[in-house]
Amino acid sequence: MYTYTEFDHDFLATRNAQFRAQVERRLSGALTEDEFKPLRLMNGLYLQLHAYMLRVAIPYGTLSSAQMRKLADVADRWDKGYGHFTTRQNIQFNWPRLRDVPDMLDALAEAGLHAIQTSGNCVRNVTADHFAGAAADEIADPRPVAELLRQWSTDHPEFQFLPRKFKIAITGSPRDRAATRAHDIGLRMVTQQGVPGFEVSVGGGLGRTPFIGQVLTPFLPEADLLPYVEAILSAYNSYGRRDNKYKARIKIMVQELGVDEVRARVDRRFNALRAEWKGADRAILRDLQAEFAPPAFRTTNTGAYDDARQNDPVFRSWTETNLHPHRAAGYAIVTVSLKAHGATPGDATATQMRTLADLAESYGHSELRISHEQNVILPHVHKSDLPALHARLRAEGLATANIGLISDIIACPGMDYCALATARSIPVAQDIAQHFAARELDIGAMKIKISGCINACGHHHLGHIGILGLDRAGVENYQITLGGDATEAAALGQRTGPGFAHDQVIPALDRLMNAYLALRDGPSETFIDTLRRLGHAPFKAALYERDEDARAA
Amino acid sequence: MSRQFTPSVLTANDLLEGDVIYLDPADRWVRELDRARLFTDARAAAEALDMAEGQQDRLVGAYLAPAIAAPEGPQPGHFREAFRAQGPSNYAHGKQAQA
Repeated sequence: MYTYTEFDHDFLATRNAQFRAQVERRLSGALTEDEFKPLRLMNGLYLQLHAYMLRVAIPYGTLSSAQMRKLADVADRWDKGYGHFTTRQNIQFNWPRLRDVPDMLDALAEAGLHAIQTSGNCVRNVTADHFAGAAADEIADPRPVAELLRQWSTDHPEFQFLPRKFKIAITGSPRDRAATRAHDIGLRMVTQQGVPGFEVSVGGGLGRTPFIGQVLTPFLPEADLLPYVEAILSAYNSYGRRDNKYKARIKIMVQELGVDEVRARVDRRFNALRAEWKGADRAILRDLQAEFAPPAFRTTNTGAYDDARQNDPVFRSWTETNLHPHRAAGYAIVTVSLKAHGATPGDATATQMRTLADLAESYGHSELRISHEQNVILPHVHKSDLPALHARLRAEGLATANIGLISDIIACPGMDYCALATARSIPVAQDIAQHFAARELDIGAMKIKISGCINACGHHHLGHIGILGLDRAGVENYQITLGGDATEAAALGQRTGPGFAHDQVIPALDRLMNAYLALRDGPSETFIDTLRRLGHAPFKAALYERDEDARAA
Repeated sequence: MSRQFTPSVLTANDLLEGDVIYLDPADRWVRELDRARLFTDARAAAEALDMAEGQQDRLVGAYLAPAIAAPEGPQPGHFREAFRAQGPSNYAHGKQAQA
C-alpha cells in the first residue's frame, strides 16, 4: 500500500491550515457564502438537507486498518457514530458542524486521508476495481497507476477549473468490476503481444444524459498513460461547454464532435506534449509499484476451511456468495456485506469499522477495500482463517450472505440526506431487501441500483433493475429500467413505462420476479440472461399487469 | 393577473450547525416548523427573504418553502419540507431525535 511521504504530509498540512483559515473567515463574516462555497467544496464539504456533509476520498478504494480506525474515530468524535460508503469509493459523514471540520481534516491527515477534490469541477477521486491486487483474473494491480493519477491530478494547476467534474476509473482485469465504461475516462488493462497497456474509453457517464464510454484507443502502451490522459483533459478543457452545466461533461463533447474528432484532437495534443514527458512519471510509477507489492502469502493447507464447509451450512452459504477467487493458492477475497436486510446500504457504524480493521489486521495483511457497490472487502484472507473470520463477522452482524443477490442493492442517500434528491432511495432499498430475503437464493444473481434523482449516484442506469426516484406533482414516484449492466458488457437499462408510487414498488417487483421465475430456463439462467433471451416485452407486461389480471391469473 | 401566492414559511440552514431553521413571527430563527411564521402575503414574504439574505453570518441558503396552515402551527407543504422538518427516515436522527 502507498504510505505518505514527507511531501504528502506537508502538502496536506498546508492545505488543511488554509481551509481552517477559510472557515474562520467565514465564521467572522469576512467571507460570504458565495465566496466560501467553492472553497468548502474543494475540500469535500457540502451542505445537505439537515446538516453539513464531509466527503472523504478513499483513493482507488484502498484502506489500511489504521485508516479504517481513523474513520471510526472521526465518526465517533465528530459525527453520529457511523459513516456512509458511496458508489464513488468515498465515505460521507452526514452530521459534522462547520467549526469542527478543520479538526476532522487534521485527524484524517494523521492517517493519510483527505477530502481534496471530492467535489468541484476537477479530477475526482480515482476509482478502481475493488479486487485490485488480489483477483485471480487480473493482468496486473492497477493501483500504482491509480496512485500516479491521484498524485498527478491533485492540485494540478491546469485542471482545477474544468468545465465540469471529471471521473476516472481503472481496472487491471479484463473483467470490469469498476464500471469503467460509465466514467469520463475508463482504463481497462489489456495485453498486446504479452505487453500490458490500457484500452481507453472516454465519454461514459450516467446522470440526465447517460452514455456508455466509447473506445478512444484499444491499446495504449502503459508508458504513454499519463501524457495521454493529460491530452484528453487538455482537449476537453479547451472545448468543454462552460455555457451550460448540463452540456459541460466530456460525454457531451464526444456526442457533439463524434469520437473520431475527439480522438484527432487528443492525438494532436498528445503529439505536441509527449516529448515534454521526460520519464519522471515512469520513475515515480516504478517506486509506486514497489509500494504496492503483494504481501507475503502463506502456503498452508485449507483443511479447516474444507471441514467448516462440510459441517456448517451457515458458513457454507456465506462462502458461496461472499468469496471470490484469489490469485494466490489457498487464499480468497472476502466481501463483507454492508447490506444486512433492512439496513441502510453502505452504512457502517464506528464499531463495525473497528471490527473490520481488527479482522483485516488479524487475517488480511491489514488491507481493506471499499467497493463502488458499497461493501467492504478483505482482499487477502487465507482460507484456513475463514471459519474464525466468519465467526467474528457473525458476532458483529457483518456476516450477511448476500453478495450479488437481490438484497445487495446500491442506493444513494436520496432525499433522506441529499439536497439534490427528488425522492428517497434508502427506504426503497430497505423494503426490497426485507421483502425478498426469503427468496433471494432462488432468485439468484441480481443487481438492483437505486438513485433518488436524475444525477444517478445510485447507478440506476446500470442496474439489471434500475429504480429512479422522482417528484411527480409533489409525490414520490419511481421509474423502473431493465437490462442495465455495469460490467465489460456495459449497457444502459431501458425505461419500462410510467413510474410507480412508493407503496407500489414492491408489488411491481413481485410481479417482475414472479415472471422471471416462471420464464427462466431453469435455476441457472439468471434474470439478466433471461431478459436478454426473451427481450423486455414479457417483463414489461408483468410490471404493468393490472390487479384484476393478476388475480385472474 | 399575477399568480396567487402559496402560503410559505421562510427557512434556511444554520451556518454553524447546518441544521434547518425557520423565521418565527417575532423575526427570530427557530428550529421547529410549527413555530414558524406562515406568510400569506407575497410582499411580506419577499421583504423577510431580503432581510434573511442580509444575515450571512447566521445562515445559509434562505428560501420560501410552501407550508399549510394548521391549528398547531405551519405544516410542510411538500414531502421534501417534511423531511427537513423531521430528519431522515432511516435513523431517528436530526430534529426528530431532539423532539
